[in-house]
Amino acid sequence: MPKLTMAQAINNALAVELEHDSRVLVFGEDVGKNGGVFRVTEGLQERFGEKRVFDTPLAESSIVGSAVGMAINGLRPIAEIQFLPFALVSFNQTVTQAARMRYRSGGVYTVPMVIRTPFGGGVRPPEMHSDSFEAMFAHAQGLKVVAPSNPYDAKGLLHAAVDDPDPVLFLEHMKLYRSLRQEVPAERYTVPLGRAATVRPGRDVSVFAYGAMVQLALDAAAQVEKESGISAEVVDLRTLAPLDEAAIAASVDKTGRAVVVHEAPRAGGLAAEVIAVINEHSLYSLLAPVERVTSPDTAFPVPKLEDIILPNVARVKAAIRRTLEE
Amino acid sequence: MSLIADDTLYQVLSPTGEVVGSVPAIAPAGHLNLYRWMVFGRVFSDRMTALQRQGRMGTFAEVKGQEAACVGLAARLTEEDWLMGSYRESLAYMVKGVPLAAQLKHWGGYIPDNYPFEARCLPFQIVLATQVLHAVGIAHAIKYKGEPHVAVVGIGDGATSEGDFNEALNAAAVFELPVIFVVQNNGWAISVPRHAQTRVDSFVRRAAGFAVPGLRVDGNDILAMIGAMDTALDRARSGGGPTLIEAETYRMGAHTTADDPTRYRPPEDLELWGRRDPIIRYRKFLMDRQLLTDLEDEQLQDDVTAEFEAAVAEFEALPPQDVAQHFDLILGNPPPQLARQKAQILNEQ
Repeated sequence: MPKLTMAQAINNALAVELEHDSRVLVFGEDVGKNGGVFRVTEGLQERFGEKRVFDTPLAESSIVGSAVGMAINGLRPIAEIQFLPFALVSFNQTVTQAARMRYRSGGVYTVPMVIRTPFGGGVRPPEMHSDSFEAMFAHAQGLKVVAPSNPYDAKGLLHAAVDDPDPVLFLEHMKLYRSLRQEVPAERYTVPLGRAATVRPGRDVSVFAYGAMVQLALDAAAQVEKESGISAEVVDLRTLAPLDEAAIAASVDKTGRAVVVHEAPRAGGLAAEVIAVINEHSLYSLLAPVERVTSPDTAFPVPKLEDIILPNVARVKAAIRRTLEE
Repeated sequence: MSLIADDTLYQVLSPTGEVVGSVPAIAPAGHLNLYRWMVFGRVFSDRMTALQRQGRMGTFAEVKGQEAACVGLAARLTEEDWLMGSYRESLAYMVKGVPLAAQLKHWGGYIPDNYPFEARCLPFQIVLATQVLHAVGIAHAIKYKGEPHVAVVGIGDGATSEGDFNEALNAAAVFELPVIFVVQNNGWAISVPRHAQTRVDSFVRRAAGFAVPGLRVDGNDILAMIGAMDTALDRARSGGGPTLIEAETYRMGAHTTADDPTRYRPPEDLELWGRRDPIIRYRKFLMDRQLLTDLEDEQLQDDVTAEFEAAVAEFEALPPQDVAQHFDLILGNPPPQLARQKAQILNEQ
């Protein structure tokens, strides 16, 4: 089985979709000849032609609003927004239109579409490229939000997103595009939406994370085990909306302690929702207050501050240890 | 008539009902059908407003004065063509095939689940100009599938200031899509007059900036609307790309039943535009051609009023809005937490 980066795995998933379903179109800014600014769509236009894979005018609302119409009229659009902060230009089309059409039309018209977009810090682009705005979208009703942490899940989740009857925002952490390789099957398979995955079983504390923070959590868990014999379970949320509440509760019921990690700022972030889920389902299992490791409620840091401001392994380890203090 | 970006007003019937242009080919029954829809639209608008005042209907956006533009933009579409618009296109939707019962449910505060798919009308838009991009996407799919259909989208003069309108014109031109933008220029965006929206003297000139051909039409002249739509539809179906039609009309009523236009509208406007009434003008044409008599006209008024009242009686006999449906329409495969929230609300009933 070939070992692929996440960029390659997503490229492969797009090719498989284009190959097996003529309703699938891939479009966005620079996705054609250029293959996307991260080369995720590299070679697709050459292989499938300009009717299937094409560049759009530089207009995010146009990209998403057009995709809504295409989906209503029987296609399966996969639109790319170049960076998540630019998706705020198309926020209205995503939230009041794509996500709401099923309800507004009494179920007569539906919008099965995928919006792919890179997000997250660590690669030091100019400002307004790296922000983690996922919670804004996760709060929308009728929209699914997915954030894979590895190449295998990225491919399987993308196929599941294309199959889904409703719009899916598919968040690709930029730092993960080329930082790790994994065996990825060439054929089509799905990883179900709405399901978290326990990527490291443990007994003492549950660490919840998604996207690039999963690797951070795994590194922290390995270190605290080695240093202090702490058995930390790491749960990759994978889908941010709707959250897998059963998986969150099951893990906390087992360990009695929890740390939630995300790169996004703290107030109103997804950690708050995860903690609310713990309160609703597993409050009496808790042996310690739940910890949050997030960015502070500031702007996304300038490149010179990224290493200081964004969550790191040391902070996750410290949070794990705090949950275990007597 | 040529598809050039000049702002010559295309007219077939003068405001007094004289024929001043080439009458499009319409069979006698077709003329009467157009007229019936316009009369129905006036009854619909007046009666819906009255029902709202009586507390029997939700907030309603009047059609009064815009019957020719609304009927004209929809009348020549086939079943497979698509139509989307704002709340101001309610009459156009019914011409396209959305039943009155669906409009009553929508305006009446129910989930509008009875728009038939076959009508190919999206629920009327509230966040203005978003629908213009949906039309572009629908037209993109039409072109991709190689179908001979067209997407038509209605929008008001105010919403042309939105980014989505401009992005849509640009994308439609770039991809050469079978889409027709119909700007119902009714003079007002709630209280803001047309001249405060844009310094461009005609929306046709806005279209020219995107290389989209435009036609400026007397929107109170049903025959001019039909002629313009025929031209634009031919163009779209033959691969010629998009067209913008500016229908110059006037909102004789309020923005909605929540609005009081006496706060901002000069009273002389109503007098001026009352003389340009689309129904009076067409009635004169039909009578001049001996397609309609006074007696038939009176009968028609009674018929459409009875049709409206019968639908209202059915609407008022509807069972209460199903609460479960509110939860079942958010996602195709709702998650367990939504099922729990639904059970909680239902158990409180």
